[in-house]
Amino acid sequence: MIVFLIYAAIFVISFFVVKYVVQKATNDFTSLKTVTFGDESAVKPNRVASVISVLTIFLLWGAFTGSKLVPSFVHAPGPFVGDATFTYTAEADGVEADDATVTVRVFQVGTDVEAPAVEPGEGWAKNDADTVGAWRSGLIRVDKNDEKSRGEGHKVVAVNGEPIAPGGSVQTEFGRIGMSPKGSLNFEPNKGWQMEPIWLPPPEAVLKRMGEIASEGYRDSTLWEHLGYSLFRVVIGFFFGALVGIPLGYAMGLSNWFRGWFDPIVEFMRPVPPLALIPLVIIWAGIGETGKIILLFLAALWIMAIAARAGVSGVAISKVHAAYSLGASKFQIMRHVIVPNSLPEIFTGARVAMGVCWGTVVAAELVAAEKGAGMMIMVASKFQLTDIVIMGIILIGIIGFGIDILMRLAEKALVPWKGRI
Amino acid sequence: MSGLKIENLSMRFDLPNGTSVQALKDVSLNIAEGEIMSVLGPSGCGKTTLLNIVAGFLAPTEGGIFMNGHQVTGPNAERGMVFQQGALFEWMDVRSNVSFGPRMAGKREAEWGEHVDHLLDVVGLRDFKEKAVYELSGGMQQRVALARCLANDPDVILMDEPLGALDALTREKMQSLVLKLWKETGKTIILITHSVEEALLLGERLLVMAPRPGRIHKEYNLPFADLGVNADLREVKKHPEFAERREEILGMIWDMEEEIMGRAEESA
Ligand SMILES: Nc1ncnc2c1ncn2[C@@H]1O[C@H](COP(=O)(O)OP(=O)(O)OP(=O)(O)O)[C@@H](O)[C@H]1O
Ligand SMILES: [Mg+2]
Repeated sequence: MIVFLIYAAIFVISFFVVKYVVQKATNDFTSLKTVTFGDESAVKPNRVASVISVLTIFLLWGAFTGSKLVPSFVHAPGPFVGDATFTYTAEADGVEADDATVTVRVFQVGTDVEAPAVEPGEGWAKNDADTVGAWRSGLIRVDKNDEKSRGEGHKVVAVNGEPIAPGGSVQTEFGRIGMSPKGSLNFEPNKGWQMEPIWLPPPEAVLKRMGEIASEGYRDSTLWEHLGYSLFRVVIGFFFGALVGIPLGYAMGLSNWFRGWFDPIVEFMRPVPPLALIPLVIIWAGIGETGKIILLFLAALWIMAIAARAGVSGVAISKVHAAYSLGASKFQIMRHVIVPNSLPEIFTGARVAMGVCWGTVVAAELVAAEKGAGMMIMVASKFQLTDIVIMGIILIGIIGFGIDILMRLAEKALVPWKGRI
Repeated sequence: MSGLKIENLSMRFDLPNGTSVQALKDVSLNIAEGEIMSVLGPSGCGKTTLLNIVAGFLAPTEGGIFMNGHQVTGPNAERGMVFQQGALFEWMDVRSNVSFGPRMAGKREAEWGEHVDHLLDVVGLRDFKEKAVYELSGGMQQRVALARCLANDPDVILMDEPLGALDALTREKMQSLVLKLWKETGKTIILITHSVEEALLLGERLLVMAPRPGRIHKEYNLPFADLGVNADLREVKKHPEFAERREEILGMIWDMEEEIMGRAEESA
C-alpha cells in the first residue's frame, strides 16, 4: 500500500517537474497541433517518462530491500537489528513479585550469533539472554533460569511494567512481546518496512547471483545452457509450426475444400491455450525435448495458419486482377502477388507466435524439465532461492523482449511497405 | 477481323437473398482498333461490370465479347487494365512494377529493358526507377500503372476511373498524357469516368449509359480527343461545341439521377 502511494506520488511529481521545468518546448510540428487530446498520432511515448519509470522501479526495489546500490537516506526503515531489552515482572507461590531484564540479540538471518552475556541480577527472577533473527520471532523461556519453576506458580504478569495476560501482548520500542495461551513469552522484533530477502532480495544480491550462476552454472548446466535450451526449443517449435502453418493457411485462403476441412479444426484449436495441452503432451511424448517441441509446434501452428489465411484474404482483388491481365499464371500470382502481399500479416502472426511460444516454453519447463529457464526458477523456488527466481524472471523478460525487437527489425527490413498502403 | 465486339451482353447478379440485380441488359457495341472510347453514366449503371466482363474477370449471363475474332473467356495479356488505385505491387520498385508483364512472360531483361526505360521516360519517371511505389504521389503511381500496362503491349487498354483519385491539376496533366500515349501507341482504349469534361476530352466516342437495367443510352462521336493530341486541353475546352455537349450530357445524367431518386421514393 505504502509502496503504491509512493509510486503514484513519483508518477505525479515527475510529470509536473518534467512538464514545467525540464521540457519547456518541443519543436516538431505536433507541438503546433491544437487538438492533441483524442488525436492518437500526437501521442508519442515520452522518453523521459520511460527512463524515470524504470529508475523508479529500481529505486523502490532498492529502498524497500535496503540495497547498498541506493543511498541509505532513501532506504525504508529496516528491521530492528541489535540488542533489545525489556523487563518482566513475575509472581510465584510464597514469594513477592520480582523483576528481571531480558536482553535479546536480534541478528540478520544467515550470520553467526551468540547470546549476549548478562549478569544474573538480584532477586529470585534472573536476567535472561536470547537470540532472534530479524523478521522472525522467538519464544523466550524467562522462567528457565529463575529460582521458581512453573510448578511453583511461576507466571509473568507484566512486561516493562504493563500488565500482560495469556493471549495478550505489549508493544515495546524494539518489537512486540506476546504471551501464548500457556503463558510463555514470544518476542517479535520490529520488522520495519523493508522486505525480507527471502521474499524480495535486494538488486545487488540478484546481480551477484547472476554472476555466480553465469560463471559456475546451476544444477549441472551453465546459465547459457539453461537459456539456450529454452531458446532452442522455441526456435525449433516455431520453425516447424511456421513450416506447416503457413502453407496450411495459404491452402485455406485459396481452396474451398481446404477452408471447409480445416476451419473447424483451426477454429477449435485457436482458443485452446497451449498450456492446457501440456499434460496431454507429457502423457504422449514424455518430458523430453520431443514433447516440448511438439507443444511449441502446436502453439505456433494455429497462429501461423490463421495469419497466412488472413494474409491471403487481405490481397486487394485489383492486384490479382492486374496480375492476371498482365499475363501472369496462377503460380506466378502465388509467387509474386499473394505471398509478398501476405508477408505483413505473417510477420504480425510470427511476432504473436514467438511471444506465445516463449511463454509456453517457460511454463512447460516449470512443469517438468532437466534444463531451461523455467526449470531453473522452479527448482530455485523449492529451495526458497528467491534471488534466482527473480533473476530468472528478469532474464525471461529480457529475452522475450529481445525476440520481439529482432522480429520488428526483420519486419522493417523485409516488409518496409507495411502500414503504408 | 480486328477490334473488339460486344454482342447482346446481359449480366444479372443473383443475390443470396433471392433477389437479383440486372446490371446490364442487351449491350451491343463495336470498337475499332485504335479507337479511344469514354463511358459515362450515373453511379450503379453497370460501367464497372461492363469493363470487368470485357477484361474477362466476369462471365456474362448472356451474350459475349469477341476480340480479334475469338471469344473472351478469361483475363489475358492482350487486354490490359488500369485501376483507380491500389493495384501496384508495393514489394517491387517502380521499374519492376513496369516490367512485370514481360518478366512474367519469361522474357530476359535484354528484351524488355530498353522499352521499359523508354516508357518510364515518357511518363516522366526516369529518376524514380529505383523508388518504392509507396513513396510516390498518387499521380506518379497512376503513371506507373499506365506504364506497366503499356510495357505489356496489350491490344486493348481498359481503364476504370484511372484519374478519379487525383487532384484537378494532376488530373489535367494525366489527361494530356493519356491522349499522347494513345496517339503514340495506337492502342484501343476504353475509359470509364465520372467527369463529363474528362469523357468529352478523352473520348473519340462517348457512351452514356442508363441504369436499371444498365444499357447504352446515347452515343456521341466527338472531335476533341483528336484536337487535344496537339493542343492545350484548356484551349480545347473553349471550343463552342464543347460547352454545348457538356450541358447536354450533364442534363441527361441529371435527369437519370432524378428518375432514380423518384423511383426510390415511390418504392419507399
Ligand atoms: N458482385 C456483385 N454482386 C451483386 N451485385 C453487384 C455486383 N457487382 C455489381 N453489382 C450491381 O450491379 C450494378 C452495377 O454496378 P457497377 O459497379 O457496374 O456500377 P458502376 O456504373 O461502375 O458504378 P460506379 O459509377 O459507382 O462505379 C449495381 O446495382 C451493383 O449493385
Ligand atoms: Mg464503377
